[in-house]
Amino acid sequence: MARRAGAILVLEDGRTFHGEAYGSVGETFGEAVFNTGMTGYQETLTDPSYHRQVVVQTAPHIGNTGVNAEDDESRRIWVAGYVVRDPARVSSNWRATGGLEDRLATEGVVGISGVDTRALTRHLRERGAMRVGISSIDDDPRALLARVRQSPQMLGADLSAEVTTTAPYVVAAEGEHRFTVAALDLGIKRNVPRRLAARGVTTHVLPAHSTIEDLLATGADAVFFSPGPGDPATADGPVKLARDVLRRQVPLFGICFGSQILGRALGFGTYKLGYGHRGINQPVLDRVTGKVEVTSHNHGFAVQLPGVQPGAVVPDQVIDTEFGGVQVSHLCLNDNVVEGLRARDVPAFTVQYHPEAAAGPHDADYLFDRFAELIEGRTHSEGRTNA
Amino acid sequence: MPKRSDLKHILVIGSGPIVIGQACEFDYSGTQACRVLRSEGIRVSLVNSNPATIMTDPEFADATYVEPITPEFVELVIAKERPDAVLPTLGGQTALNTAVALHEAGVLEKYGVELIGADIDAIRRGEDRQLFKDIVAKAGVRIGVEDPAGLVPRSRVCHSMDEVRETVAELGLPVVIRPSFTMGGLGSGMAHTDADLERIAGAGLAASPVHEVLIEESVLGWKEYELELMRDRHDNVVVVCSIENVDPMGVHTGDSVTVAPAMTLTDREYQRLRDLGIAVLREVGVDTGGCNIQFAVNPADGRIVVIEMNPRVSRSSALASKATGFPIAKIAAKLAIGYTLDEIPNDITLKTPAAFEPTLDYVVVKIPRFAFEKFPGADPELTTTMKSVGEAMSLGRNFTEALNKAMRSMETKASGFWTVPDPSGATRENTLAALRVPHDGRLYTVERALRLGASIAEVTAASGGIDPWFLDQIAGLVELRAEIVAAPVLDAELLHRAKRAGLSDRQLAALRPELAAEDGVRTLRHRLGIRPVYKTVDTCAAEFEATTPYHYSSYDAETEVVGSARPKVLILGSGPNRIGQGIEFDYSCVHAVMALRSAPSGGSAAGGSGFETVMVNCNPETVSTDYDTADRLYFEPLTFEDVIEVWHAEDSSGRAAGGPGVVGVIVQLGGQTPLGLAQRLKDAGVPVVGTSPESIHLAEERGAFGSLLARAGLRAPAHGTATSYEEAKEIADEIGYPVLVRPSYVLGGRGMEIIYDDVTLRDYIGRATEISPDHPVLVDRFLDDAIEIDVDALCDADGEVYLGGVMEHIEEAGIHSGDSSCALPPITLAGSHVAQVRRYTEAIARGIGVRGLLNVQYALKDDALYVLEANPRASRTVPFVSKATAVPLAKAAARIALGATIAELRAEGMLPATGDGGTLPPDAPIAVKEAVLPFKRFRTPAGKGVDSLLGPEMKSTGEVMGIDTSFGHAFAKSQSAAYGSLPTQGKIFVSVANRDKRGMIFPVKRLADLGFEIVATAGTAEVLRRHGIACELAPKHYEAGSDDDAVSLILGGRVALVINTPQGSGASARSDGYEIRSAAVTADIPCITTVPGAAAAVMGIEARIRGDMQVRPLQALHATLRTPQ
Repeated sequence: MARRAGAILVLEDGRTFHGEAYGSVGETFGEAVFNTGMTGYQETLTDPSYHRQVVVQTAPHIGNTGVNAEDDESRRIWVAGYVVRDPARVSSNWRATGGLEDRLATEGVVGISGVDTRALTRHLRERGAMRVGISSIDDDPRALLARVRQSPQMLGADLSAEVTTTAPYVVAAEGEHRFTVAALDLGIKRNVPRRLAARGVTTHVLPAHSTIEDLLATGADAVFFSPGPGDPATADGPVKLARDVLRRQVPLFGICFGSQILGRALGFGTYKLGYGHRGINQPVLDRVTGKVEVTSHNHGFAVQLPGVQPGAVVPDQVIDTEFGGVQVSHLCLNDNVVEGLRARDVPAFTVQYHPEAAAGPHDADYLFDRFAELIEGRTHSEGRTNA
Repeated sequence: MPKRSDLKHILVIGSGPIVIGQACEFDYSGTQACRVLRSEGIRVSLVNSNPATIMTDPEFADATYVEPITPEFVELVIAKERPDAVLPTLGGQTALNTAVALHEAGVLEKYGVELIGADIDAIRRGEDRQLFKDIVAKAGVRIGVEDPAGLVPRSRVCHSMDEVRETVAELGLPVVIRPSFTMGGLGSGMAHTDADLERIAGAGLAASPVHEVLIEESVLGWKEYELELMRDRHDNVVVVCSIENVDPMGVHTGDSVTVAPAMTLTDREYQRLRDLGIAVLREVGVDTGGCNIQFAVNPADGRIVVIEMNPRVSRSSALASKATGFPIAKIAAKLAIGYTLDEIPNDITLKTPAAFEPTLDYVVVKIPRFAFEKFPGADPELTTTMKSVGEAMSLGRNFTEALNKAMRSMETKASGFWTVPDPSGATRENTLAALRVPHDGRLYTVERALRLGASIAEVTAASGGIDPWFLDQIAGLVELRAEIVAAPVLDAELLHRAKRAGLSDRQLAALRPELAAEDGVRTLRHRLGIRPVYKTVDTCAAEFEATTPYHYSSYDAETEVVGSARPKVLILGSGPNRIGQGIEFDYSCVHAVMALRSAPSGGSAAGGSGFETVMVNCNPETVSTDYDTADRLYFEPLTFEDVIEVWHAEDSSGRAAGGPGVVGVIVQLGGQTPLGLAQRLKDAGVPVVGTSPESIHLAEERGAFGSLLARAGLRAPAHGTATSYEEAKEIADEIGYPVLVRPSYVLGGRGMEIIYDDVTLRDYIGRATEISPDHPVLVDRFLDDAIEIDVDALCDADGEVYLGGVMEHIEEAGIHSGDSSCALPPITLAGSHVAQVRRYTEAIARGIGVRGLLNVQYALKDDALYVLEANPRASRTVPFVSKATAVPLAKAAARIALGATIAELRAEGMLPATGDGGTLPPDAPIAVKEAVLPFKRFRTPAGKGVDSLLGPEMKSTGEVMGIDTSFGHAFAKSQSAAYGSLPTQGKIFVSVANRDKRGMIFPVKRLADLGFEIVATAGTAEVLRRHGIACELAPKHYEAGSDDDAVSLILGGRVALVINTPQGSGASARSDGYEIRSAAVTADIPCITTVPGAAAAVMGIEARIRGDMQVRPLQALHATLRTPQ
């Protein structure tokens, strides 16, 4: 409760919040987004999908369990800045190897604490996600605002190249090897190959610029399109790749950004949500079973279906595309956002949310089983389309 | 899946009287259930013996049976109502146990009644310890846990002491002992030694209805968590809330300081709990509805064990509902009739579905409220048996803010850290030592230890495992304290930081003596522009817009209070339940809301009729803190600082919106807590409506009240006030012993004693440490053998008085009115007595200047009426009287406070057109109120029962009502509802004081004639035999080699009823018969301690033997009462 150095946060519309320096001292810019998860800050910070974003945590106490060696979702922290209300002074957990603030400082992440994060969140909810700057070196909001307005926008940002792996690597199956999957890394989280491995899948993680030949050269039985940051409208390369995969009838599964890529490959559009879905409590309806799953989300863009306005109820009917019939398999119950696509005539399905969780509930873990079943169906009866 | 169309009529079972472990959270849940079911067009029948609940208000069900919740009576209700289904999961363990008993007796099958919300097998799987262990292991396998057997503590179910000893030989001490099928952990405990083992396991086997205890490996000191889950019939499951206990394993969760959400779990660990919780829920097969699962987590390696689950709505689910804004009981009721979670809208956002998991952007802290001071001799160590009588919850934007708010919500002498001096001689070492035994107020000890230099690691170790994160939060406060003390001036920055940490003006005043106390800090704070903002509980951390104004304060940047031009009324609630101030006051507050929301508001600027009601309270168990109750809810402590800030926020936002702001603050319905704020609020310019603070003072200040009585020519026992022993003795010498002594300004008879001699008087004054000219001791002549009469009345600005009800106590004067049973209408008073009571009450009401409710206590001795005391506020008996007479007194009081007259209320139909509670028709039903006492919960450190003798200090936690056409029937019902039924056969043990022997002859003779065998002590037997009553002799005290002494007979279950009145007077009365009475408590045998009580019991037993018990809904009784004669 001792005093820290001052810091300011300025949004691109001029709203300013005062707080204290947290993490690294300096200045940073990005897109302000809020995350409503009450657990999982370490996973959030290391999720590449947050690249170039300044994350506001709505949960007031952050850092209580410190950081540990196991919960990183990638090789580094990706958030462009971090906004919290009450950072922990001590770490309390048997797995903790250090404190969160030290880690933030080490990785050069500029943050701000002591902010009325609820007021900030309400502002973003009403006005939409927008650019933001945090500074603990310049206390002049007007000067900072000018710099915020010069910083890059998220709309139109092509970020895959900045987060992807530089070299391919392999995550081996646990136990008996059953299938091989080629995963296109557009910002993959470690828990995806881990969940696949648990089902006997060996995953070859490939850089974002890989070609269809690169993917198939791994001997892949199926292809996975990973989550990741940026505007899907810019992802022409991965979209073309997805069309190649669909044409070859190779089983395809995608998550988040990967789902938007499938959407574009099928000829659908994408759009930017007002303030996105970022949390671990989002209700998604599985239209196949009629059941509701509580899921982990992190997306600022979504698939737009022809003739359906964002927010309108998506009719439960088959949509004709170049690759045959496609159904919306999952819907967010909060706002009717398309959360899953399933092709009827080619072996492909994707979800907009995160069945790999980390952070978040495991309700949607069954989707990895569905993927394994899809692959199995293909390998055992070559050429038959998935019903 | 839409609503089931085959359910047209549902019987809801309530939870009965407020007892430790089962309090008004079930009024909250039951009320919600009734509302929901009726709004779905379903006929609702309700059975609940507790008159103080909102749910037993006749407008909440179609047929309300205020009848005992026993299989016998519930069957009568089923036979009469023929419902399609019974919903037992919202009435706590009582309802669930009753449902199981009805099922086992074949009653449900006989009448074709379906059990909804739970099924019998799931209840068994959840509550039978051995079955549950297997379930957990299976659930572990289901989700692929490596060591499923390790998910429960190693343990064994035992049915005898021999089995218990064998098991402990394997597991080693310490072990935990948990009896099966008891509520609130009753009878459970931790055995560190063989002696502990014998005692606790022995009592546990006796407490369990199936004579079964679980002996298990100790997980003492592990971290403790709870999850609240909901499941629908489509197998959708959501976790509504996670709760972390600050007190590690070893203290019952009801007695622990708890926090929501969990603070010290990573996502990985939290998701393991979630997976496991859901798997257990599915494996148990909870059909639909809410469920609570408790876990222990080893802080060293993260091993999780599942401790228990409750397949029903619980105390924790009420807390979780208030903590998150997700109304578990309401949703559970909807799920029970067939809806699925995705079909139910989220109440708060309206746009999103209930099929989601609330996320919090604030911290919730709950602190239990204890009442050890009421039970001298009871062991105050906190264990796995719940002992707290209430709780307060608070919300803050961080942990310390919520913690400090919760601590000052307790209404104890200490109002947060530093507001009371440290115990003298406190050192780091002895403070650390004191931490080893969990006790009430342990957080104060933690703070002191840290302040005196103990490290966090030392405090974690000494406290047996309080998490370092929590300790660091408190250490932060200790550092802040040092800064505040050392600062040259309390500047804006430091003051703001202190407020953000949750410190109250009073706490700051304690650290900065130059600031002229709390008022000085407030003045400074306001001058610096430092005021709280109000945030909203919205289930979603602001992701979606909230439509429900459910607020809490915080020192943050932005307020969310929306201005409203409607005239507003603030209703101050009663805070945490405690003995003397419980659910009855919540009932009155809720009634005020109901009455004022629809009342004509006197030509408001907004044009609408009805006041905007604003509730302020901090008790999470109540109906008043349901965000559905008032127009706006502020979940805030009831301290002056917190209340005046709410008033300011509402008043200024209302005025800014062009309205009149707050037009009234009601303080007279929430008991002593808000009443105590009245004068200060008024002085600060707050419009306190109803009886003025000056009038309140007039009633409470002994001298002024005495002269009021004298002027009106009303008799009162001779009395005086004293500030020293010498003064007290002088008064006692003058008015003569026995005398009744008490501190001024108390509720529930706190510190009240009857004193028979100088020695005891000197001792009493010596113990009354806070005696001062401002707080003198009142010394009254005590009227022996008088009949006590309780009156609730209304008085308006014209001085018109409406007599709500005249209650006659069954026990003679000297027993606190809250603990004695009473009858309405009075059963032995003459018409002239009632007329005199009316005349007296009118004179007092007008003399004080009451505008609303007044409660007066009288004693009738030798045909003369004496005024004992008058309280110008809602009393505990208001709901009882309202239900017995079909008149909503609290609603009328709220209306009167805002200007209505009794004549207007009669014209409106809220009050009867003619007559009142003093003119009930001769054929009016008789209502008997019986108190429920918590003696079973307490043990002395040596493990003996505490004394169950009643006196002028209130000890009951709740009450029941029996209502019927005759006194005998009504009394029998009250006993069945409170304690288990009066016996109809068997042995009765009688031992009475000499002065009572004469009075006892007739009742005991009657019992003998009814076929009971009488066992008596020598003196009593001699008198009885002389009157032709055959009786066996039993020695009062244990004699070696014999087992026919009174205590052995009682503990052996060989007598069905105990009649024991204390011999002698004063302290000797207390010791006499102590062993007999505490044995009766231990063995759960009815124990009668007064002659009138015995007479009433005889009439009740007769009614039971006749076997003509009937049940009638309040609606039918009220229709008769409200029909013009």
